[in-house]
Amino acid sequence: MLAFILRRLAQAFVVMLSVAFIAFMLFQYVGDPVASMLGQDATAEQRMQLRADLGLDQPFPVQFAHFVGNALQGDFGLSLRQGRSVSALIVERLPATLELSIVAALIALLVGIPLGVYAALRRGTFGSQLAMTVSLIGVSLPTFLIGILLILVFSVTLKWLPSFGRGDVVNLGGWTTGFLSFDGWRHLVLPAITLSVFQLALILRLVRAEMLEVLRTDYIKFARARGLPNRAVYFGHALKNTLVPVITITGLQLGALIAFAIITETVFQWPGMGLLFIQAVQFADVPVMAAYLCLVALIFVIVNLVVDLLYFAVDPRLRIEKPAGGH
Amino acid sequence: MNTTAVPAAPGALARFFDGDVWHSFKSSPMAITAAVIAAVCVFCAVFANWVAPHNPFDLAAVNLSDSRLPPAWIEGGSGTYLLGTDDQGRDILSAIMYGARISLFVGVASVLVSMVVGVGLGLLSGFAGGKIDALIMRVCDVMLSFPSLLVALLIDGVGRAIFPNAHDTLAFGVLIVAISLTGWVQYARTVRGSTLVERNREYVQAARVIGVKPSRIMFKHVLPNVMGPVLVLATIHVAAAILTEATLSFLGVGVPPTSPSLGTLIRIGNDFLFSGEWWITIFPGMMLILIALSVNLLGDWLRDALNPRLR
Repeated sequence: MLAFILRRLAQAFVVMLSVAFIAFMLFQYVGDPVASMLGQDATAEQRMQLRADLGLDQPFPVQFAHFVGNALQGDFGLSLRQGRSVSALIVERLPATLELSIVAALIALLVGIPLGVYAALRRGTFGSQLAMTVSLIGVSLPTFLIGILLILVFSVTLKWLPSFGRGDVVNLGGWTTGFLSFDGWRHLVLPAITLSVFQLALILRLVRAEMLEVLRTDYIKFARARGLPNRAVYFGHALKNTLVPVITITGLQLGALIAFAIITETVFQWPGMGLLFIQAVQFADVPVMAAYLCLVALIFVIVNLVVDLLYFAVDPRLRIEKPAGGH
Repeated sequence: MNTTAVPAAPGALARFFDGDVWHSFKSSPMAITAAVIAAVCVFCAVFANWVAPHNPFDLAAVNLSDSRLPPAWIEGGSGTYLLGTDDQGRDILSAIMYGARISLFVGVASVLVSMVVGVGLGLLSGFAGGKIDALIMRVCDVMLSFPSLLVALLIDGVGRAIFPNAHDTLAFGVLIVAISLTGWVQYARTVRGSTLVERNREYVQAARVIGVKPSRIMFKHVLPNVMGPVLVLATIHVAAAILTEATLSFLGVGVPPTSPSLGTLIRIGNDFLFSGEWWITIFPGMMLILIALSVNLLGDWLRDALNPRLR
């Protein structure tokens, strides 16, 4: 198990390093920082001076090490578009995206798993057919269309819910939260549902498929033969064994949630990191793009590590077995 | 004329209509429906110049006094504009047909590029083995650990930064490259897997023994035998690529605004949602769903039809 974790850590390290390298190349070769900082009418001497000041005359590995060192301290320079520190911009936007993603993930799990179990246990009934059909549509619909449809129905036609921004937020020492006000919750409903639809449909289908698979196995028959009530068989024995793939997918999808948050935030003008990133792409704001890239990669790597560790907690068999060699 | 002649060996077309794939197609109502819908969409898109009732980009034909008309069946609508008009008086139905053409073009072009790149690298990886294989597969691993949308956005952003005042054709190029660079990984992995199997087959060894050049073995002998799964992958990938293009265009970083795709139309229409003109955005959205859903269903069917284990 220790060897497995160590190998995972090494892998995570390599991924982070290559992402940092891509971000560094972005800084290095996309646009000229000296030209953008000094403007057109700078003298050659000024340029040389700034080059030296920025460390751009250093050899390549030294510059890269410098970049990684800065990145580790959260220093990604100034946004080309807004002239403010990139890390400050991101920290300001981080709470909005995290709150949105977490609520969406909770909706997807809390609705998706029970519905999946239901669709597996009551196979063939009208309710489960309905759930499967709706989930198929949920998987094929692009996120932004779901958002637009929700806005059309609940904001424009019924006028029940707002469709723009975060509403009233409470500032808790730098962390702005919408959880503490009724208005904040009202603003959260539509974006969170939009973001969760795809994951919900995916989890529902996955849980159903796994559950059907598990219900066919021998130990379920034995559990029934021992006279255990249905509830104990389904939830004590069957569901527990469906959770390993569910955890994998959910973990990987948590990263996808952050990527899809870009779309949701654009549709609902939600002031999160995704909106910041999309504006950075539109205006070719390299420092913001690089910083976002590194941050998302970090979140991904951490999530993947946690998922790997959760396997051991959920599935005791893995603790004895040696991890299988690479494919 | 010569009706008594011995029938010649059946041509490729005849063999196809006699084959399993066609038979399985005929017995699947879902596949037929999907194929008809997809064919109609593709036809309208490709021949938009002739099929569309109006030319939405002909400034002389567009009448501003016709702007924001609702669809024909709603009060105030006009029979000339079946699905209504947008804020500049352009016919929505025609705009959708022209838009679908651009969406399809970008989708198919990106799939072709990623197929060529992926199949090439997969062949190389499986055939060469060793360090080249390890390198290509590690790159695949890193690419797979990120959502493709993010990678496409990033490449698109870099493209914009490198060519700040890009010409329209260049913008198309950057977009196609961005979408293809996220898609090639699946092809590479599939082809590598099949190549590893084929590499040790007798016919490859025989070719090697008689001294055929490795590059020729790769393309003439191995390639035709690994293309089956690739075609299935490509079908499903077309739908995914069209959706990615629509998403990027919706986010405002896709095709140039002078040639609006379905995603661009949805983005434009989104601004009019609150003033009640829902048709400007909803109809292009429906078209997008129709195309994606029908192509996806076709791909699913093709996967089952070509899979000998399911027969």
